Amino acid sequence: MPDKHRTGTVRDINGPIVTIDLPGVRSGEQVRIGEIGLVGEVISLSGQQAVVQTYEGTDGVRPGEPAMGLGWPLSVELGPGLMGGIFDGVQRPLSKIALQSGDYIARGLDVPALDRSKQWEFEPSHDLEPGQAVGPGTVLGTVQETEVVVHKVLVPPGIQGELEEVAPAGEYDIESTIAHVRDAKGTSHRLSLYHRWPVRRPRPYHQRDDGVSPLITGQRVIDTFFPQLKGGKGAVPGPFGAGKTVVQQQIARWSNADIVIYVGCGERGNELVDVLESFPKLEDPYSGRKLMERTLLVANTSNMPVVAREASVYVGLTMAEYYRDMGYDVVMLADSTSRWAEALREVSGRLGQMPVEEGYPAYLSSRLAAVYERAGRVETHGAGSGSVTLIGAVSPPGGDFSEPVTSHTKDIIETFWALSKELADARHYPSIDWVTSFSGHVHTAAEWWHEEVDRRWEQRRTEALALLARDAELSRIVNLVGPEALSDAQRWQLEGAALIKEGVLQQSALDDVDTFCSPDKQFALLDLALSIYDKGMALIEIGVPVSELADMPQLAKARRCKSMYNSDQVAEIRTFAQEVEQAFEGIRLEYAKQSVD
Amino acid sequence: MSIKEYRTASRAHGGLIAVRDTPGVAFGDRVRITDSAGDTRDGQVIRAADEEVLILVFEGIEDLDLEDIWVRFLDEPVEIALSPEILGREFNGLGEPRDGRPPVLSNIRRPVGGSAINPAARTYPREFIQTGVSTIDGLNSLVRGQKLPIFSGSGLPHNRLAAQIVRQAKLKDEDTSFSIVFAAMGVSYADAKFFRDEFANSGVLRNVVMFVNLADDPPVERLTLPRTALTAAEYLAYDLDRHVLVVMTDMTYYAEALREVATAKGDVPARKGYPGYLYSDLAEIYERCGRIHERHGSITMMPVVSMPSDDITHPIPDLTGYITEGQIVLSRELQNQGIYPPVHISPSLSRLMKDGIGKDDTREDHPHVAAQLYALYARALETRNLASIIGADELSERDRRYLKFADDFDKRFVAQDEAEDRSIDATLNLAWDLMSAFPREMLTRLSETELAKYYRAAESE
Repeated sequence: MPDKHRTGTVRDINGPIVTIDLPGVRSGEQVRIGEIGLVGEVISLSGQQAVVQTYEGTDGVRPGEPAMGLGWPLSVELGPGLMGGIFDGVQRPLSKIALQSGDYIARGLDVPALDRSKQWEFEPSHDLEPGQAVGPGTVLGTVQETEVVVHKVLVPPGIQGELEEVAPAGEYDIESTIAHVRDAKGTSHRLSLYHRWPVRRPRPYHQRDDGVSPLITGQRVIDTFFPQLKGGKGAVPGPFGAGKTVVQQQIARWSNADIVIYVGCGERGNELVDVLESFPKLEDPYSGRKLMERTLLVANTSNMPVVAREASVYVGLTMAEYYRDMGYDVVMLADSTSRWAEALREVSGRLGQMPVEEGYPAYLSSRLAAVYERAGRVETHGAGSGSVTLIGAVSPPGGDFSEPVTSHTKDIIETFWALSKELADARHYPSIDWVTSFSGHVHTAAEWWHEEVDRRWEQRRTEALALLARDAELSRIVNLVGPEALSDAQRWQLEGAALIKEGVLQQSALDDVDTFCSPDKQFALLDLALSIYDKGMALIEIGVPVSELADMPQLAKARRCKSMYNSDQVAEIRTFAQEVEQAFEGIRLEYAKQSVD
Repeated sequence: MSIKEYRTASRAHGGLIAVRDTPGVAFGDRVRITDSAGDTRDGQVIRAADEEVLILVFEGIEDLDLEDIWVRFLDEPVEIALSPEILGREFNGLGEPRDGRPPVLSNIRRPVGGSAINPAARTYPREFIQTGVSTIDGLNSLVRGQKLPIFSGSGLPHNRLAAQIVRQAKLKDEDTSFSIVFAAMGVSYADAKFFRDEFANSGVLRNVVMFVNLADDPPVERLTLPRTALTAAEYLAYDLDRHVLVVMTDMTYYAEALREVATAKGDVPARKGYPGYLYSDLAEIYERCGRIHERHGSITMMPVVSMPSDDITHPIPDLTGYITEGQIVLSRELQNQGIYPPVHISPSLSRLMKDGIGKDDTREDHPHVAAQLYALYARALETRNLASIIGADELSERDRRYLKFADDFDKRFVAQDEAEDRSIDATLNLAWDLMSAFPREMLTRLSETELAKYYRAAESE
């Protein structure tokens, strides 16, 4: 806490940008504006005057009203009680705000993020002894935050020294003392279950590590074709209606991360409610518990103040890093980074800064890069390995991927799931375009797949992509001269590609069975489609007409397999693959007989 | 603060005037400007500094003599008076009567700016609204609390479609009709009259509140009009427990007015001269619709957005599409073939459809029927393109089947009479009629049970 709140005066109100006279205020400092106490952040200084961006609407504020410096930068509270919560862009708890101010968000509210009255069952670490040296990241003990999340209580960054005492096991609220640490200068620090951390400063870690295992999302086109690693950074760009939000929600639902942080940044209120209402009911396929127990939402819908939208991404990232520091694999989804960039643009425009591309300020690319760089797999100070995977949705205006936000993002990320309007219009979902998407992690992911699922994974994946590329070429010919110009072999290639598209790539988020697909099932379906193609091609080479193969009922069933068998029924898919093989063998024998006759 | 009048107006341009030496004026406050003839105009403070405030004048600044006006700061936000009496009335963008009748008297006054609904207080919209239009009900279903715009172009029948929806919209198996809030921004006299007559002829007028700013009215007033209209909608929905359908036409003129003022203020332009905050500004309007916990009423929104040069990537439809829960897109090509309503289903979408349809809401086969129709139509359109290059005679038998499907779909499913109110059952049965032209094996999106129950190839052949 600062020694004393300094007060000054409001001079100029221009929408969310307020100029104040406040001697001694620092850049980045939190400020309360006006009689009603709107919260804002100093973004530039000039002499005694400071320019403040406010997180709330400024209607009704007058020049001459007071302004007060709070002495700290925008920070979040980190401690038990975050999981399952829904917070606004500056970490105010929205459910509590609803209790206080009703259906609409009132201004000037001061509600702490964490519940002060709730008691948590604290269990100190066994191996801690008074007198022991401790430092940032040392695990002081644990709290069962939800059924699935064990919250590790860590010594916060910046505190190093000798442990004086640790509280015994028992119930504590988050403000109770749970340890004292004496530093080298002899100062004793009181530690509680929570601490604050400034959101714009990345939390420290021991060292960075390479990603090693894929993030399994249960989505075939992602896991099998364009895999992401735990600790990776990826983008989902797409025009409106292409299904960005569904892709993000599917990852939030089904990925094998320990913690999911979903930041709804400038998006639709109704879609956030969908998450809010469905996650407490949906089951995590890994733990069997409700998804909400490992999920945290940051909601700053498009009609909420634009400056808080800019802050929301940092608020989400800081909470993600906090759980990473406990040794967890965290996935953070930011929907959408374009709205975040637009918030930067709006503020920079109001400050009269020189725009460069499409009105965006010159620092857009460096800010974007700095945000994505906070993702990664790290060796934490005291809790082993943890990771933050950051997946940002991008909403390019008019679906034009050459616009500044998409193109700068593309330079930074490693996995690019490009959504296509054409595929979405044809209701091919997820509409991830296999031509323009890429993943820089295929070789690393392959090691995992070869070890855990099947040694032929990388080879089969390459075969499928090659067939899809061939399909694109042939489709151009068909569009010019019609299908009659193609040979039987070429037409079978089109059939094979169609089978991959319908039987493997397309996956309905609404289908109870198909919404999640285990790695084993993913490979079984891919292998089924490709072996039908391979076997068929062998028959065509001995003269079987393509029409005979294309109308086989087994092909229709192969397309439906994904929703007929769930992830536990991979054996059934393999049995069906054998049936298909026998059917093809039957045709082969018949033809062999005919040609002998 | 005592209310004072100032004569210190110093500058005027683009709908704005600047007034010097006005200490303590609040940002967002309402302003009244009186000229020497005694005529008054309304305005709002859009920048408040010690030395100078900037005022947006809703009626525009034409013929204002800066030397000879009194500027009065009313020390209150821009507000509207609300009572059940607003139904059946017609107002301008400031909530003043346009119908020659006296102003609404009420002690309920609400600031038109509104505030953001707490996402934690919202309920997910899931009640299917039957509009009686097959392309909407069957393939892009509307639910209560959704915002679903009509993307149109000049000369396309978006007004007729909007009026048809207003006439026919109802909840399945429920009789309660909607209260209508109609917001017209920059539309022609003829278009406004069309709606007024429509409401009168269909007998819903007593359930309608109209907010009208015509093409020749001051453009700046268009900036408050949708906000005023939505404040009235919120009153009807949450104070009077009504289900409200808000029809707003035309959001493009709204955005153009916003650009006009932004340019005058010197805001940095983003795309096509529109300010960088166009997205946030549109969101403030669109996001006022929805459903709230434990409130009986709801606000459903159907804005009309005319796409300049039919370009869906133009900033106005583009940003709208990023905020709304889908869009109904009208096509000039279908219009030219004489098909009404010319709804092009491929780019059309309803994001909230998934939870409003199916077994308990419409019919169990609905989700798969929609998916199957979309898949068939996408393929059929490809075939139609192919046929236009190589000729229909060169097509395989299977492709000719698709070609015929495309034509049947346009003529029977998309097209319907303006007075035809198709029930959802009729729409789905029609869909099965069309799909039954294909062999069962080709209908891979439908389950075996659905095929067994509804497929009827024998009848159609």
